[in-house]
Amino acid sequence: MERRVAAGVHVGKPRTRLGKRLAPYLLVLPGGLWLLIFFLVPIGFMASVSLQTGNLEEGFRQTWHFHRYIEVFQQYRPEFIRSFVYGSIATGITLAAGYPLAYWIAFHGGRHKTTFLFLLLLPFFVSFVIRTLAWQFILADDGIVLGALKRWHLLPHSFHVLATQTAVISGIAYNFLPFMALPLYVAIERIDRRVVEAASDLYANKRDVFLRVIFPLSIPGVFAGILLTFVPAVGDYVNASILGGTNTTMIGNIIQLEFLQNFHYPAAAALSFILMGILLVGIFIYARVLGARSIEEYV
Amino acid sequence: MSEKPEGRSIDPALLRGLTQRRISRRDMLKYGGGAVGLSILAACGVSGTATGNRSTPSVTNFSKIYDDGKPAGVLNFANWEDYIDVDSKGNSPSLRQFTKDTGIKVNYKTVINDNDPFLAKIIPVLQAGQDTGYDLVVLTNGGGIERLIRLGYATPLDHKYLPNWEKNADPKTKDPVYDPGNKYTVPWQSGFTGIGYNSKLIKTPPTGFKDLLNPAYKGKVGMFANNQDLPCPALASMGLDPNKATPDQWKQAADLVNKARGDGIIRKFYDQSYINALENGDTIITQAWSGDIYIASQPKSGGGDGYPEMKFVFPQEGPIYWHDNIAIPLHAQHPVDAITYMNYVYRPDVAGMMADFIWYVTPVPSAKDYVLTTLKDSTVANSPLIFPTTEDLAHAWQYKFFKTPQEEDDWNAVWQPVYT
Amino acid sequence: MSVVMTREVAKAPPVIPPGRRRTWTRFILPAYAGLVLFYLVLPILIMILYGFNASGFKRVSFRWEGFSLFAYTHLFARPDLTAALKNSLVIAVGSTIIATMLGTLIALALVRYRFRGRGVSEFVLFLNISAPEIVLGASLLALFVSFGVPRGLLTIVIAHVMFNIAYVAITVRARLAGFDRHLEEAAQDLGAGPWTTFLRVTLPLIWPGILAGGLLAFALSIDDFVITNFNAGAAQTFPLWVYGAVKVGIPPQVFAMGTLIFMAGVLLAVANILLQHRKPVTLNR
Repeated sequence: MERRVAAGVHVGKPRTRLGKRLAPYLLVLPGGLWLLIFFLVPIGFMASVSLQTGNLEEGFRQTWHFHRYIEVFQQYRPEFIRSFVYGSIATGITLAAGYPLAYWIAFHGGRHKTTFLFLLLLPFFVSFVIRTLAWQFILADDGIVLGALKRWHLLPHSFHVLATQTAVISGIAYNFLPFMALPLYVAIERIDRRVVEAASDLYANKRDVFLRVIFPLSIPGVFAGILLTFVPAVGDYVNASILGGTNTTMIGNIIQLEFLQNFHYPAAAALSFILMGILLVGIFIYARVLGARSIEEYV
Repeated sequence: MSEKPEGRSIDPALLRGLTQRRISRRDMLKYGGGAVGLSILAACGVSGTATGNRSTPSVTNFSKIYDDGKPAGVLNFANWEDYIDVDSKGNSPSLRQFTKDTGIKVNYKTVINDNDPFLAKIIPVLQAGQDTGYDLVVLTNGGGIERLIRLGYATPLDHKYLPNWEKNADPKTKDPVYDPGNKYTVPWQSGFTGIGYNSKLIKTPPTGFKDLLNPAYKGKVGMFANNQDLPCPALASMGLDPNKATPDQWKQAADLVNKARGDGIIRKFYDQSYINALENGDTIITQAWSGDIYIASQPKSGGGDGYPEMKFVFPQEGPIYWHDNIAIPLHAQHPVDAITYMNYVYRPDVAGMMADFIWYVTPVPSAKDYVLTTLKDSTVANSPLIFPTTEDLAHAWQYKFFKTPQEEDDWNAVWQPVYT
Repeated sequence: MSVVMTREVAKAPPVIPPGRRRTWTRFILPAYAGLVLFYLVLPILIMILYGFNASGFKRVSFRWEGFSLFAYTHLFARPDLTAALKNSLVIAVGSTIIATMLGTLIALALVRYRFRGRGVSEFVLFLNISAPEIVLGASLLALFVSFGVPRGLLTIVIAHVMFNIAYVAITVRARLAGFDRHLEEAAQDLGAGPWTTFLRVTLPLIWPGILAGGLLAFALSIDDFVITNFNAGAAQTFPLWVYGAVKVGIPPQVFAMGTLIFMAGVLLAVANILLQHRKPVTLNR
């Protein structure tokens, strides 16, 4: 009987081994091909277009014009800096707003945890553009909030929030708050309560329990949240377009302008690449500092 | 086993999934190099405008385009929002009448929000030699329509199908610099760029562009964010013809605006949404298009927005008089229907019917009589915003016409940093 | 015994603070959290509320002019808006189906096998998620322009599948990671071939994860603006239409439709959660 089983196993092996070897590649093939053609290759094309010269009427030719990168970076340096500044501030705000919220839901949510998480995710169910529009509504000079405050003479008539950088940053922070709060929640929620109890058993007061136990354990969530918030925030342009004013143009607006209005494809492509490059470098450093392992392991 | 906290019923997989990161540093560095390699591989050029009648022969073979002159019975018309007469049900009386008179059904689509973004959509289709899906498009001069013509993507018009236009069109709109001989376009509507203001909040009416730079209005001034409506009035206010000014003078005008921008006088540079800003009080004085202000000031019952305090001012130095033009894109499937429609709207009664609703400047001056006598709408008939007098027009300037793409780039290099 | 002990300790407050300071500071955190939640929900309330504003048939206005169901009774009065909404739904359904299939396959490969391309695949997925939307949209546009591909519904679907594969893959993989392989082995020990095992054991168990991934993909697709903006050509989707209409003033139907989509999404999510409750899942934690 043993030999028969052994023989059966032996005969079956080569077939399953080959099948097993090919299986992962076959599984990855369709999706991988799609991503290759419509994601990786386009990035390559963009790099190629960025080195070309010409215009819409006469056509574009490959000229390996590397200097283009320097030209567009110098031309739009203020917008680059502004985007990163806005992105950072917005990320900071989401952290400040999201952390206590996530902490409270995780530790004190109790039976209604799901409901609160749900409320947190609610904005996702409304179109992003409509959300931003609603803020334009709310923050209008003579709208619900400001209009009332002005009627009660709490604010001067010339006061306005829209068309300032405050409005843009707030809009970005609002739109990406769930992206920060969710990873924070997941990380904080995982913290073993017994560790917290142990800390307080050892005579730590509430503040120390937080600073020395809870917060350090939640750091992977903080970093994941920062990653998920900062990257899209820097490239955003809808908020600046709807809520912004004269000096609030972000690099996203410029890229859109150059692509869809000026038809300066090489310049636009170069700008996109610079943006992605800076973000990638940032992520590399970030992962290195953090140690890629710990992001991986906390999830 | 650790005790699970209560109420933890939401699936953690989704939450985990959102934050999953599985990268090893070695792999990242290794494959980062691969990505760069990929990009160097691709060395194709974006093809220029290969096809198109760029070099128009002196005698165009019209019969190839218009065949025997028999319409196909359907027309696809792309236009801007709010640019045709509409009844309370959302149908257009003039289009209905057109269908009744000619039997041609019109598919009317308000897909144009802005000239260049719309061009960005149809140019690649035309590049590929395909039909855009539109038989008629409406583009403004000062960039939009010139680009279409220069790229060779407009169908030449056979004027034998345009007798109404010959007879009734305002002679001043014929043979414009951007389309000599009206080879490709006829005007749809025209308008003025001037100053709009809230007369409830500003007691002394403004007189010109310089009033937009008044520090008293700090933070409440609106200006246009495009390369025609901002620079041309600025140059006009300095006493210069936008089409004759030198690059140095462009820079002077740009500095004028930049200073106001730096001082915080200008709230924002707007696209068409400037009118919303004026209506809801974000701005109290702004650059404006004549038709928008007219619409804003009319009562709601009459189809306007109900803000009678909104007023339009022709600047002392002269307004900018621009034209939206209808053209037939290349490879259009129903050119005869298109040109039939073009001819139809130059009938005084049709033009009057439209003028009574659109409230921009109609290219048919004789429509005024129709509006006054048949439609009995004296407000419209007597409004200089819709039927301007010769005097109004005498001082008007035109948009900048670019002779070469390089000139356009130079102009944009001066002006784009101002409004972005 | 020790279990009982820990339970009791968990119930008691972890620390005995001194004196009266506890009473009001205790409310800071919940108040703050409540404020943030309100801040999150505020624009949605505005949208729902102003969908009922009787401000005439053309544009929403700030002035509250009374309650009216106009926007709802005339929901489809704007044919181009309706067409845009239809496009959004069609694109979302189509791209979700394709992306869910492709993404699930990738997730299966990543979790179960060690193969040479694994690191690359994970890196590509990571790159896809972390690249800014504007870069994804613009580069795809550059590709289409270079090859003279006219843009329309098809290119939008292609773009949406492109960015959704990664999200689906990662969601499903997270679900698979907690999957109990023993169940599969048990099935095979009982004579089931690999296909049968997959169809009757694996798939039903990871189905909630696939569903979650699909829902995520659907939500991302129907709401996408940036990537669609670059690759839509003349086609219109709901977010694109709304953004374009901002310039002339949005009609009240937009808020009404937004409210309805919102309600639909809420119902779907609630249904999903309830479904999770009912399926017993073995998670090794």
